[in-house]
Amino acid sequence: MQTGNLLLLMIALAGVAWFAGFRRSHAVSAPLGGIRFLHSLPTYYASLAMFWCVLPSMLLLGLWLIFDGAVVRHLVVEQLPVAIQPGSPVEYNLLLTKINNVASGALDSSNVDPAIVAASERLNTLNAQSQNLLTAVVIGVGVLGGMWGWTRVQPQLRARQRVERVVRWMLMLSASIAILTTVGIVMSVLFESIRFFQSVSITEFLFGLEWSPQTALRADQVAASGAFGAVPLFAGTLLISAIALTVAVPVGLMSAIYLAEYAHPRVRAFAKPTLEILAGVPTVVYGFFAALTVAPLIRGFGQSLGLDVASESALAAGLVMGVMIIPFVSSLADDVITAVPQAMRDGSLALGATQSETIKKVVIPAALPGIMGGVLLAASRAIGETMIVVMAAGLNANLTVNPLEAVTTVTVQIVTLLVGDQEFDSSKTLAAFALGLMLFLTTLALNVLAMHIVKKYREEYE
Amino acid sequence: MSKTTETVRKTLRKRYRAERRFRAYGIASIAVGILAVVVLFTDIISKGLPAFTEAYIQVEVVYDADTLGVAVPASEEELMSANYRGVVRQSLYALFPEVDGRREKRALGDLVSSGAEYWMRDRLIENPSLINKSETVWLLADDTVDLFIKADDEQREGSRLNDRQREWVQTLEDDDRVEMRFNASLFTHGDSREPEQAGLWGAVAGSFFTMLVTLGLSFPIGVAAAVYLEEFAPKNRLTDFIEVNINNLAAVPSIIFGLLGLAIFIGLFGLPRSVPLVGGMVLTLMTLPTIIISARAAIKAVPPSIREAALGLGASRMQMVTHHVLPLAMPGMLTGAIIGMAQALGETAPLLMIGMVAFIVDIPGGPVSPATVLPVQIYLWADSPESSFVALTSAAIMVLLGFLIMMNTIAVVLRKRLERRW
Repeated sequence: MQTGNLLLLMIALAGVAWFAGFRRSHAVSAPLGGIRFLHSLPTYYASLAMFWCVLPSMLLLGLWLIFDGAVVRHLVVEQLPVAIQPGSPVEYNLLLTKINNVASGALDSSNVDPAIVAASERLNTLNAQSQNLLTAVVIGVGVLGGMWGWTRVQPQLRARQRVERVVRWMLMLSASIAILTTVGIVMSVLFESIRFFQSVSITEFLFGLEWSPQTALRADQVAASGAFGAVPLFAGTLLISAIALTVAVPVGLMSAIYLAEYAHPRVRAFAKPTLEILAGVPTVVYGFFAALTVAPLIRGFGQSLGLDVASESALAAGLVMGVMIIPFVSSLADDVITAVPQAMRDGSLALGATQSETIKKVVIPAALPGIMGGVLLAASRAIGETMIVVMAAGLNANLTVNPLEAVTTVTVQIVTLLVGDQEFDSSKTLAAFALGLMLFLTTLALNVLAMHIVKKYREEYE
Repeated sequence: MSKTTETVRKTLRKRYRAERRFRAYGIASIAVGILAVVVLFTDIISKGLPAFTEAYIQVEVVYDADTLGVAVPASEEELMSANYRGVVRQSLYALFPEVDGRREKRALGDLVSSGAEYWMRDRLIENPSLINKSETVWLLADDTVDLFIKADDEQREGSRLNDRQREWVQTLEDDDRVEMRFNASLFTHGDSREPEQAGLWGAVAGSFFTMLVTLGLSFPIGVAAAVYLEEFAPKNRLTDFIEVNINNLAAVPSIIFGLLGLAIFIGLFGLPRSVPLVGGMVLTLMTLPTIIISARAAIKAVPPSIREAALGLGASRMQMVTHHVLPLAMPGMLTGAIIGMAQALGETAPLLMIGMVAFIVDIPGGPVSPATVLPVQIYLWADSPESSFVALTSAAIMVLLGFLIMMNTIAVVLRKRLERRW
């Protein structure tokens, strides 16, 4: 049975278990004189029976689905004749792909090694067997569990406490998904990165000036190994982020100041949501805008001044990214500026300072930690931004600080290395994970630093 | 007059000027921001509007059985593979009898889209009695013709049509044989290499299934996590660690979630590529922090007196939460969920990582059939070389922005309607 259908069946089974538990709780309480002689309300007994039916079988289903593939693969490869037993992980994967292709009929079996054909047949039978066994076991466990839960429905059973304990565990599991996600991110980028650093040294990656990840098709080709020096990528990322921040920080900050300190409430009620529209626009839209409108504009403008502007200039991507970050900076700055107590402004104004002097000398210094935190968060967002640079920045690594030239960034390289079909083992793919690790660490450091600054240097009023 | 007063007098004008300058900077900044919104939207809309209409050419077709290559009571198989191109071309040659030579004829035939052949096939399969009859029909024009008709004189210079083709289109226009119609295929077809046949429906369906998975996973998990953290979690290291993690995940670049999906869901668990199920799972992890944070705020907003009243009447903590706190916090939670969904709907980068960039023509039928989503479709079209795709991309962006505006409006209305001040 298909897993989707199995899930539907289990839902139906859960309903049956719930209903049976409900009926039985009424039945066992009837001789005592009604449900008020039960320890808990009937719905709790019903829920308990349902949990017994669903939880063990679902746990089993999950574990089965996770390990099923690996076990079947192992069984198939084990049966292969010694002559074609794979030696290295790369061969192993190649062999598996071949077997899979023959098994699914994508590869014609007539001119393939008969051992492989046999293996693919075995794969198909094993998969079918595994699916049948899974269906039987899951339904069996579900029915047995439901029956066990059903028999346990007794007036003395503290059903409510038990149900609540189970629910509490489920709530806690949901909350710990945040931890699992972080662990998952670290594991996925770390393991692949370690494999990458086995073939390319860390120092070459961190300090190398040459980035050309094209691995050769033939071993004797020129530059057969590809070069993995990531400095040009870091420089490109920094260049574009710097341009973005030069746009976003002054504009965002000044509009926050104006909206918080000067603007009439009606102006504020119109301008603030309008600016926030910019935050809701998907990044792919900005990418399109940067690539098709802003970049040709800048190129034309530069050429009219006699400058040589690349069609994928860092300036175009940076400017548009800056526009994207404006509302981010302005709403964070707005929050901290409005949090500065009015008494401090009144004091400064009473001493004869003008409004702008009050803002510059009193409000901004008081709000500075929050503003710094906001700027750091904006920087982390600029560094991790992907679609704008994928669509509007270049692909070739170029070590320059000239904003009119095309540069590439870490995120662009991750996308170009990973989009399309690829095996998991080439150093090209692994390089993307190493870049992902760098990106994760950098943004993590910036976020932690931002939170730290906000917490540590926050002025406490009242 | 004391010295201080004098200094103040002297510098006062300068200080006032500085004040005015400072204000001007503020106004200029806001103007920049609003200008950016206006320019962005006008640019997209002015580029995208033309894509909502398509050019059609009126011709007299003769469904000649010989040209089609079918027997007279034609079987369905014959009709499926009949020579409709020949019929379409014949009808064009009839309009321009002076056209001669293979190259010229080919150029003339290129004025009509290959989509016209599919339309004709469907029409004949439905009405087989039309064979050997003739009728006046409107055929879908090729995208180069479409662009040429929509363009002004200056843009027409750069058209990909050659001089003869331009003359023909001009003649057709003069004879009122060209008509602009609503581009229905944009909303009913899947992707295509031919701009005039490419549609968004496949991507919309893909987005729908992806959002279904995302909502189905992230809302229950997010609410459960928020309830745990607000109502049950003991104050200990583990709880603190969870909170730090949630705050950090909210700021992790989205592409990293794509790497997680690629390595864990596809690499480790062996789930298929390019399917909404995996996309939805990745987006769930990405939107969970948003949903948890807003759900916690909604739970916090429920006053403690309600909890105390419930507990005082003998409810257990779980009953207090499920019977009182959750229903009261639900509007706030839903608003947060809709905003999280809007964020997920516009997300592209992580989906590129898990292979949802494939060229898929079929409309996906469920969460495990290969699909692409709206923002990825925009990315794919923006990358296409044909200039007609620029208008299509902008139209797709308008559709996406339409969905986002709708979701955000619902969120705002929901908040206004159901929000309760205590």
